[in-house]
Amino acid sequence: MANKITYAKAINEAMVQAMEMDKSVICYGLGVDDPKGIFGTTLGLKEKFGPERVFDMPTAENAMTGVAIGASLNGIRPVMTHQRLDFFLLAMDQLVNNAAKWHYMFGGKLSIPITIRLLVGRGWGQGPTHSQSFQSWFAHIPGLKVVMPATAADAKGLLLSSIFDNNPVIFIEHRWLHNLVGEVPEGDFRIPIGKAHKLKTGDDITIISLSYMTIEALRAVELLGKQGISCDLIDLRSIAPIDWNMVMSSVKKTGKLLALDTGFGSFSVASEIIARVSMECFSSLKQAPVRIALPDCPTPTSPALAKNYYKRAEDIVNTTRKMLGFSVLPHEESDINRNVPMDIPDKTFTGPF
Amino acid sequence: MKENTQILIELLQKMKRIRAVEETIASRYSEWKMRCPTHLCSGQEAVAAAVGQVLRKDDFAVSSHRAHGHYLAKGGDLNRMIAEIYGKSDGCSSGKGGSMHLIDTSVGFMGSTAIVGGTIPVGVGLALSIKLKKTNQVSCVFFGDGSIEEGVFYESVNFAVLKNLPVLFICENNFYSVYSPLKVRQPENRAIYKMVSGIGCRSEHGDGNNVVDVYDKVNTAVVSIRDGGGPMFFEFKTYRWREHCGHNFDNDLGYRTQEEYLSWKEKDPISAMESYMFKEKYITQNEIDEMQSEIQKEIEKAFEFAEKSPFPNLESALTDIYA
Ligand SMILES: Cc1ncc(C[n+]2csc(CCOP(=O)(O)OP(=O)(O)O)c2C)c(N)n1
Repeated sequence: MANKITYAKAINEAMVQAMEMDKSVICYGLGVDDPKGIFGTTLGLKEKFGPERVFDMPTAENAMTGVAIGASLNGIRPVMTHQRLDFFLLAMDQLVNNAAKWHYMFGGKLSIPITIRLLVGRGWGQGPTHSQSFQSWFAHIPGLKVVMPATAADAKGLLLSSIFDNNPVIFIEHRWLHNLVGEVPEGDFRIPIGKAHKLKTGDDITIISLSYMTIEALRAVELLGKQGISCDLIDLRSIAPIDWNMVMSSVKKTGKLLALDTGFGSFSVASEIIARVSMECFSSLKQAPVRIALPDCPTPTSPALAKNYYKRAEDIVNTTRKMLGFSVLPHEESDINRNVPMDIPDKTFTGPF
Repeated sequence: MKENTQILIELLQKMKRIRAVEETIASRYSEWKMRCPTHLCSGQEAVAAAVGQVLRKDDFAVSSHRAHGHYLAKGGDLNRMIAEIYGKSDGCSSGKGGSMHLIDTSVGFMGSTAIVGGTIPVGVGLALSIKLKKTNQVSCVFFGDGSIEEGVFYESVNFAVLKNLPVLFICENNFYSVYSPLKVRQPENRAIYKMVSGIGCRSEHGDGNNVVDVYDKVNTAVVSIRDGGGPMFFEFKTYRWREHCGHNFDNDLGYRTQEEYLSWKEKDPISAMESYMFKEKYITQNEIDEMQSEIQKEIEKAFEFAEKSPFPNLESALTDIYA
């Protein structure tokens, strides 16, 4: 059985499922039991599982990460939630110096099965300290797994896999995905970490995407399809480890690579994709790969500056066309997002899934 | 101080001005032209006004996400603050920061940021610079009860005490961190100010809705800080009227009771001050009305300024990355 539910509800379902299956799963974070319940994702958990397993916490990200590590050493599976990824930066020490290497530096004696949910903000002037998409930071650290589900089903399936994985997993949610509706299987439904998802099949170009950029890519690929351009669209889902098999075999087929990212361009996941493909599939490439990501500058708050800052379907359409030797479309034809405001989450998009 | 009518009038004016600015933002927010997260301080004006009154223009101040009151009381430019919230090029941060990132170096307001606790060590660093330069300025750090839970708070206070730095720590305890009440974040029956005194920092508390009380306490403290007396911490209890972030009221959510909210509304720092000044004949109704209308005029002009100010040009998104 599958239900049509939102991405936010899918996360809530995964939490309920995990906590029902395993008493050692606990859930905490600033506001998890408040009236808004982290955009609905943790609503009802405290009522169902009690205040010992579901609780609010002090504004103490670093300490509370260390607490999760300690608890996990004794068999607890903590799921920590942070309303913005940016707030979690205060916990980089516990994450990087402890969580990521405990298993390794003690010769595999113990592991740290914690899940850390980080929300990436965007729009409405979230600005420089409320919108940073730092997946590449986390993916850079050996010992961490990093996932970024783009669909409601993946959100549930990957959260369950993350919680029951024996390693620390960074689970990154983009705020603009929370409204997305999709078919989500009931019960214990899992998506394996490390497996990408091919959303569209085509021969002309490989587009590698992640998180919210996948939604923009879907729109772009659809329009491109109408113009006779067919794309392989791969949603990574897992950033660490990455499903290199799927990436490479697609590039071998198309010979062209466009990598999308929600983060800053330099040193990004898109950069890593391009680097690896260039190293391992150079002879298959018919031209230099391209990436679409954020410019290397902090997110400005002003709506006037945020407008061109974020990349949209139109950018993907025209970059793809350029790569394939077609002309750039006039704005009226390529602006798929025309009726969608720039700085509020897109309610019109409910997903093709 | 009670005899100094001029100071009393200025305190009242500062509070009324902050309130009117916040309430105007609230009433105009739904025009959706101010497109950034905005944390209003209606109800909490007394601390900002009193501390702003005590500090000299060349003293430093830093603050957090809820900084409008602190910025204005320290002498920040109202036009530029409103323009910043509008994301315009005349904004105090050129439209790049928004409501949560205010600055006016010309009056010593060295920045407010949105990561809880983020500016506490910055304020201590400013104090270190004061000590190195041997001036008698003071560095003031504004923050909420939530900041007390961050490690950086303890690390910063420890250093300030260790080096006997001229820091004024001002904690506005409004009992909530977003929708999380104090009791789920800190042990009950433990006063913040007492705990801080355990770290070795001179520490006091007071009624954050009594502007005269705050003024007197902070004034005495600042004199001694300038004298080399070292850091001083204050916990002032007060209350935020509107929602944590945004322009609405949020008592319908149920994280706090209507009774609690109403009981704090009765402790409105501005009405209390007004009645007191009336009773003691420090001010007349005419003078109050005039004060209010001056304030209103100034605010209208500020909104006009913001509306008229152009949006920054697109290229400027890529400037200011490096100095
Ligand atoms: C490090 C960090 N964690 C969490 C947040 C989310 N957050 C924004 S404001 C706020 C409330 C902080 O409460 P307090 O310091 O008491 O200030 P108040 O909002 O009550 O003025 C929180 C938790 C944040 N901005 N930074």
